[in-house]
Amino acid sequence: MEVVRGFELRLEAGSFGALIGPSGCGKTTILKIAAGLDPDFRGRLGVPGSGRLGIVFQEPRLLPWRTVEQNIRLALPAHEAASDLTELVEILGLGSHLARYPGELSLGLARRTAIARAFAVRPDFLLLDEPFVSLDDAVATRLRNELVALTTRTRTTTLFVTHDLAEAIQLADRLFFLSDRPTRIISEKTLPPPRGTRSGDVIASISDEMRLLVSQATTEAKRGC
Amino acid sequence: MLPRIYSLAALIALWALAAALAQSRLLPGPLAIGATILADTRSGELPYQIGWTLGRVVGSFAIAMGLGIIAGYAMGRSRTVDRYADPWLVVLLNMPALVTIIFAYVWIGLNETAAILAVAANKLPNVVVVMREGTRALDPDFDEMAKAFKFTRFLRIRHVVIPQLAPYLAASSRSGLSIVWKIVLVVELIGRPNGVGFVLGSAFSLFDMAKILSYAISFIALMLVIESLLVQPLERRAIRWRRRPA
Repeated sequence: MEVVRGFELRLEAGSFGALIGPSGCGKTTILKIAAGLDPDFRGRLGVPGSGRLGIVFQEPRLLPWRTVEQNIRLALPAHEAASDLTELVEILGLGSHLARYPGELSLGLARRTAIARAFAVRPDFLLLDEPFVSLDDAVATRLRNELVALTTRTRTTTLFVTHDLAEAIQLADRLFFLSDRPTRIISEKTLPPPRGTRSGDVIASISDEMRLLVSQATTEAKRGC
Repeated sequence: MLPRIYSLAALIALWALAAALAQSRLLPGPLAIGATILADTRSGELPYQIGWTLGRVVGSFAIAMGLGIIAGYAMGRSRTVDRYADPWLVVLLNMPALVTIIFAYVWIGLNETAAILAVAANKLPNVVVVMREGTRALDPDFDEMAKAFKFTRFLRIRHVVIPQLAPYLAASSRSGLSIVWKIVLVVELIGRPNGVGFVLGSAFSLFDMAKILSYAISFIALMLVIESLLVQPLERRAIRWRRRPA
């Protein structure tokens, strides 16, 4: 089945891009292509730096038979397997859970572990697929702040997939709005820095503006057909 | 543990009662059997024969598991392999144990190689079927994760694949051990000059029920010990992550 065709997306190195679109519009497929996981993909894929990839899947995808720490360390390249994770683990509040198995964790902690795993490999390129869905608001907010802190520090090129506009505006430098299948970008927008600290009012006003822009673009696209 | 002991004790009591009522040398009681086991252990006869049988069990079990895991994994992973290999598997599955044993002895000769290969060939198809099922049930999400994080082949097999296959490995080694030792006895009966199967054969021709019962019981006891000291602890280790739910 063809989900994506003629799709083009460029993201400046070191910046944080958010893909926004309705459910089932092919966001996950695009992410899989970006991760080099789609065997049927035909096209060109350029990745920043040495192309070392960190990925956070929608479900945490932790190995249930390995502890939190083992799950994080297993993703490391062999020569770094013993590297110091203390700081990362502290930022994400996993310090006291390292010896536990994923089955004993709440969803929030499991997601944190998945995020720790992605950052532990010190990626040149980070992909996140709706990593905060079905978390309660307080936990999601904390995790978003942690994500902002981590990406700001490491200046990792990040592509973040979500259907939550406010979340995207809070986190990203650049927004990409996706259409229904076949997926294309209907609108792009660069947001004024600094990201991560945008207040509720700013987010609300940007999202109103974006909604208008996107609905115009959608109508135009429809007329175009 | 207690109910098990009671239940076993009841079985032995029933046996003693039946033996006392029958008063026949065709049904010796538990005490007579105990005495035979003791005497044959002292003379070294029992450990010697059981040693041979155990060696054959271990050898053919290892071959059947090794080949079966590889074949089952390949068939579970690849549709093409499965399509070509499945008819062979069906033939092997439906081959009577006795036929395989006769073929092996005729073609390879009345020797140890033939005996062990015949038993392994009997167990092999079951392992393949179970491991194929297990491989098909592997979660593709974990494969994707391993690929995205560039796990080496070794890491992937050890931390992603084997833990998922562990229940299937446990199931096939359990059923495997019990099938293998039963077939080893048949192989020994037909074409080996030693082992428990050989002893049972010669005891049968002399109607020596005490000998038959004492060797059979000793071997069953040994397999129970292996099961509870080796197989069960390994299984518990493999599923320890499951026992502490959130």
